[in-house]
Amino acid sequence: MREYEKADRIEGPLVFFEGYGDAAYGELVEVHFDGGVRLGQILLTGERLAVVELWGDSAGLKPSDLRVRFLGEPMRLGVSTEMLGRIFDGLGRPKDGLPPPLAEARMDVHGAPLNPSVRAYPQDLIQTGISAIDGMNTLVRGQKLPIFSGSGLPHNELAAQIALQARIAGEGESFAVIFAALGVSHDTATFFQERFAASGLLSRTALFLNLADDAPMERLVTPRIALTLAEFLAFERNFHVLVLLTDMTNYAEALRELSTRRGEVPGRKGYPGYLYTDLASMYERCGRVQERAGSLTQIPVLTMPGDDITHPVPDLSGYITEGQIVLSRELNRAGVYPPVDVLPSLSRLMKDGIGGDRTRSDHPAVAAQLYASYARVQEVRALAVIIGETALSETDRAYLDFGQRFERELISQQVDEFRSVDETLDLAWQVLSRLPAGELTRLSEDEVKRFYLGRLDHGGRYG
Amino acid sequence: MKPIGTIIEVNGPVVEARIREGVGLLEQVWVGEMRLAGEVIALKHDEATLQVYEETSGLRAGEPLFGSGELLSLTLGPGLIGSVFDGVQRRLEVIKTEQGIYIQRGATTEALPERGWRFSPSVEPGCHLHSGALLGVVSETPLIEHRILVPPSISGTLIDLVEEGEYQLNDRIALVRAEDGQEHVLGLTHRWPVRQERPHSGRLEPGPPLVTGQRILDTFFPLSKGGTAALPGPFGAGKTVLQHALVKWSNAEVIVYVGCGERGNEMANVLEELPELTDPWSGRPLMERTILVANTSNMPVAAREASIYTGITLAEYYRDQGYHVALMADSTSRWAEALREIAGRLEEMPAEEGYPAYLPSRLAAFYERAGRVRTLAGEEGAITIIGAVSPPGGDFTEPVTQHTQRFTRAFWALDRSLAGARHYPAINWQTSYSFYSEVVAPWWQQETQNDWLALRAEAASILEQDARLQQLVRLVGAEALPDRQRWVLEVARLLKEGFLQQNALHLIDAYCVPERQVYLLKLFVRLFELGRELLEAGIPLLRVRQALDLPRLLRLKEAVSNEQSAEIGTLQLELEARFKALEPTGEEG
Ligand SMILES: Nc1ncnc2c1ncn2[C@@H]1O[C@H](COP(=O)(O)OP(=O)(O)OP(=O)(O)O)[C@@H](O)[C@H]1O
Ligand SMILES: [Mg+2]
Repeated sequence: MREYEKADRIEGPLVFFEGYGDAAYGELVEVHFDGGVRLGQILLTGERLAVVELWGDSAGLKPSDLRVRFLGEPMRLGVSTEMLGRIFDGLGRPKDGLPPPLAEARMDVHGAPLNPSVRAYPQDLIQTGISAIDGMNTLVRGQKLPIFSGSGLPHNELAAQIALQARIAGEGESFAVIFAALGVSHDTATFFQERFAASGLLSRTALFLNLADDAPMERLVTPRIALTLAEFLAFERNFHVLVLLTDMTNYAEALRELSTRRGEVPGRKGYPGYLYTDLASMYERCGRVQERAGSLTQIPVLTMPGDDITHPVPDLSGYITEGQIVLSRELNRAGVYPPVDVLPSLSRLMKDGIGGDRTRSDHPAVAAQLYASYARVQEVRALAVIIGETALSETDRAYLDFGQRFERELISQQVDEFRSVDETLDLAWQVLSRLPAGELTRLSEDEVKRFYLGRLDHGGRYG
Repeated sequence: MKPIGTIIEVNGPVVEARIREGVGLLEQVWVGEMRLAGEVIALKHDEATLQVYEETSGLRAGEPLFGSGELLSLTLGPGLIGSVFDGVQRRLEVIKTEQGIYIQRGATTEALPERGWRFSPSVEPGCHLHSGALLGVVSETPLIEHRILVPPSISGTLIDLVEEGEYQLNDRIALVRAEDGQEHVLGLTHRWPVRQERPHSGRLEPGPPLVTGQRILDTFFPLSKGGTAALPGPFGAGKTVLQHALVKWSNAEVIVYVGCGERGNEMANVLEELPELTDPWSGRPLMERTILVANTSNMPVAAREASIYTGITLAEYYRDQGYHVALMADSTSRWAEALREIAGRLEEMPAEEGYPAYLPSRLAAFYERAGRVRTLAGEEGAITIIGAVSPPGGDFTEPVTQHTQRFTRAFWALDRSLAGARHYPAINWQTSYSFYSEVVAPWWQQETQNDWLALRAEAASILEQDARLQQLVRLVGAEALPDRQRWVLEVARLLKEGFLQQNALHLIDAYCVPERQVYLLKLFVRLFELGRELLEAGIPLLRVRQALDLPRLLRLKEAVSNEQSAEIGTLQLELEARFKALEPTGEEG
């Protein structure tokens, strides 16, 4: 075992050992001090320099008291199926008072890139029972679909509802949830634990908790640990795994802190230029693999500072993930749950997950029509503010009516309500039937004939 | 292999080494005991800075460095088509069989599949061959006749050439004696450094259009073969879908698709789709004309920087054989960010937004490698580049978008709000432009026997009037406008939804042949004129609208297939008659 005494400097989470020349890049280290030990990894290594990124608090540490042990390999996680039903801290150590589970394998927590040519393109729908998702932004096995939210919005409720209701596994297949808390409050962690417990999901769940009062630097490891277990279960043990990561904004802030300490050139809003690559190294650990039954689906949750979707964290996430579910403060205020703002929301994998043999043949066109019509609602609402509702044309008034019902009847539902895709689509037709049939041009004439309900007096409008 | 130096520092993908023996700038090197692939990016006294194309964890000071004696190069020869490479030409298919589902380090794969090729000579021994001259051909795929050329750096007298027959890649095919007496053994392949532009014998003017089958592009913002286009847009606006549509439908002969720092699932999508789709121009599987370069966002960042050069060098190699190649790069922003990341580790002085000061010159040099040229063999060849740009926050004033705009001649601006309303392709028709319209006009006039320029000018003018009127509509509502203006709004809606919108996933409409484009456009423009005349003659808008039957026309593009294009002409006659019947004289009679 290689060891070295005395650090030269401590700068925030960075510890400098000048004079030591045998550290390996990325190697895991233990930093011992009087009364404790912290883990960390080598961030830079040279002929006479080793810089350690310390996971954990560095306050009160004295350079001269430190002793570093080099563990000879990057951080590995002992993984096993037994980890389901257990609670761990942010570095993967048991937090539930039970002994560590017996490892079936030890895996590098940084993972390795999946070879693009072994991936199977995800196209199996996961029913969540939530109309805004199943109807308009369907989730698919192996997809990464984040929730973009704002502080105070019910993203936790929605994430929990998805996890509880998701019909992700078929008969005879196994399903697992992996939950990683990144700098969230005890209340939030408890909320998830209780929801999982109440529905009997806890035995299929592994929780990794880095809470608000835990060390921020540890947060940089927590999601990687969670994903390491997820990859093992999905690709080695054929589980359908759903990973919830909340809150990625806290993760990014920890990375920014580390970057600032290193004196790196800051990018937008002080985040490092490699934030994209760093986020991708986690979000891309997701998907399906040819000839293996399991799948890894990710639902990262992030709060947009200032509700700004162009903020680097949501922006770069959106550039990596396969769509996003955007929550709206306005809808939330209006009492709509889930307050999903469908226009900026998107599921890129929806197109292959729905339609004739998967959901219903009218599904793609119905979704397209809902989007187009709801976009028109926004214009009409803006106009109504200026000229007054009464001055609107009959068609425009129909749009207002449609918009109301769309939000109240289709998007809104109970936190424990499961709607089948059929129910969602039928509801969508009811709402769409508030518009003149002549407006429904994203739907084929056949579809309109089959599904449009009543109000044909308006339908004849354009002949 | 003998070490040429020793590692002295490891900082992520950037490694410093002390050099004992001569090593050149941009030389390919093998780093550490693990022999990770890398490249020399700076030299100072006896110290070299390397960028490493593989994850460097586990590497430490004191480990050896090995030289290769050549610049970072590709192996060029038959078997490239249909391959999927990483950023430094390792075949992902082979890595899969050797390493399993994850990409581990230290993979070495032959760049080309080992197999025999049937070579037919095209020249006789004794003749003089200049560099780039044709030696013979190999049938690479049913679509691509692979032309074996004398490498650009070699010329002389052909001493010996094999007869027609099956040869392995390493077999000796020809012997050439240069002027200086040196003899060169030539095989079916040669090596070429990726950062060096391959020579040609002169530039030609941009040529006929690259027909994409996307109406908004072909009709309003066309690209010419050998041209360059920038495709900027915020996340989710449709850059990748559009590039995939071009991979599938454009009439290039060879496609090089570079997935640069983007999603693994998108590559999987291409890999599953292309072998099953057939080229509308030849009826053959699309994979037979396509090369994929994949460096997904979780693959090493330095290889991302190299992937762009790998892509363009592959494109040049087929251009030199006289093909028209289209290169899609998705996304060039990730390449620029890789440059920034490496520059940051080198502690170079940052210019705009942390990017190194040489960002504009790198972008310029890349797009400069596009163009239509006379090849060394005397043929015509071309490279068209379509570069996706991913501006942070969707803000087009950022450096990569700005500089790309300077060096490209078509600008296809994707718009967040159009995408939000699911108006696809979400290309903003007011801010996009193309400098190739005039260049491609003769082709369109000829091909479709229509005054194409006049037709699109008229359509563009309707859209422009609409844009102005929409500002009024937002204030007073459409109802408050006079009939003439409401007619403009009506037909503009038809143009926007019935012409510009095109669903890339639709069975019938994903791809629109030029003929159908012109039929649709002509119909809409003609109806606009007729309607305007009727309104001028005092016929009320309501009746004109009834005659128009908007819902039917909006669905036309998805109802009438490419093969049925002429039916649109029939419909036009029918509608014209219906409009004519409204004329005041007609009513009296
Ligand atoms: N022409 C189109 N027809 C139909 N759907 C489209 C079209 N263009 C885009 N879309 C829809 O928009 C989604 C996002 O498009 P795409 O993935 O191309 O965005 P992008 O600009 O490449 O985003 P990013 O920068 O994040 O990679 C697609 O998954 C698809 O649902
Ligand atoms: Mg994309």
